[in-house]
Amino acid sequence: MRNIISLLTGSLFGLGLVISGMTDTLKVQGFLDLFGGWDPSLVFVMGGAIIPMFIAWRVAEKRGASIIGTALPSAPNTKLDRPLIIGAILFGMGWALAGFCPGPAMASLSFGGTSGIVFMIAMLAGMYGFAMFNKMRT
Amino acid sequence: MDYSSWINALIGGLMIGAAGALFLLGNGRIMGASGIIGGLIDGSGRSNLVERFMFVGGLIGAPALLGLYKTLPSTNATTNLTLVVVAGLLVGIGTRLGSGCTSGHGVCGMSRLSLRSILSTLVYIGAGVVTIVIARQIGVLS
Repeated sequence: MRNIISLLTGSLFGLGLVISGMTDTLKVQGFLDLFGGWDPSLVFVMGGAIIPMFIAWRVAEKRGASIIGTALPSAPNTKLDRPLIIGAILFGMGWALAGFCPGPAMASLSFGGTSGIVFMIAMLAGMYGFAMFNKMRT
Repeated sequence: MDYSSWINALIGGLMIGAAGALFLLGNGRIMGASGIIGGLIDGSGRSNLVERFMFVGGLIGAPALLGLYKTLPSTNATTNLTLVVVAGLLVGIGTRLGSGCTSGHGVCGMSRLSLRSILSTLVYIGAGVVTIVIARQIGVLS
């Protein structure tokens, strides 16, 4: 059950990303181009996604457990620290330069051509490199 | 103004939110793309490998299946592969260091009114806006 839910989640997420326009890198860059020809459509994507999610959090709080009986995510960390901010800056820079964030990069892997595949490999390398660097430091 | 793209954005957005709601209520998990794939890459997700693989399989596979019947819209991605590699590395490192991306912080965290997620989202959008301005100025983006 758990794995079927996970497959359905990924599928619905992937189709939503394609339909919403999030896999169109020019649309993403157009959204970030606040001082150029700003394209506000990503506001609708975010807004549309937050509505069901907001309700889901309220329902989850009431239920106290997931449908399959596993624990709900623990209360959010409240520490506003440096890694959070530096990480967000680096991510925002990369997001703007290519117009891809992790979800859409995966959703468009089958039709995004060479650039999409190269982005994916570089992103995974970045994740792996970061984990290795962390391991070495500690 | 192209209103049809706004309607598609809203419908797609509702689907993304429904997916996140299904993952939360069904499995008790947060739908964060960078966290789920990151856990497969660095071994931190060993305790729920299959769940992660199924998610990634659906995420890549469902659009691929749709693509067999319908021509999907182009990603319009740049063919400047140096830029693509730099961007990919920044996204990979940044999302792991900052504990999330557009789906985890932007959708799941913000809707939970998590301060960290709200701050993260403001910062990565802000950094993106500044990066576009600079990249256009120095000619990296046209």
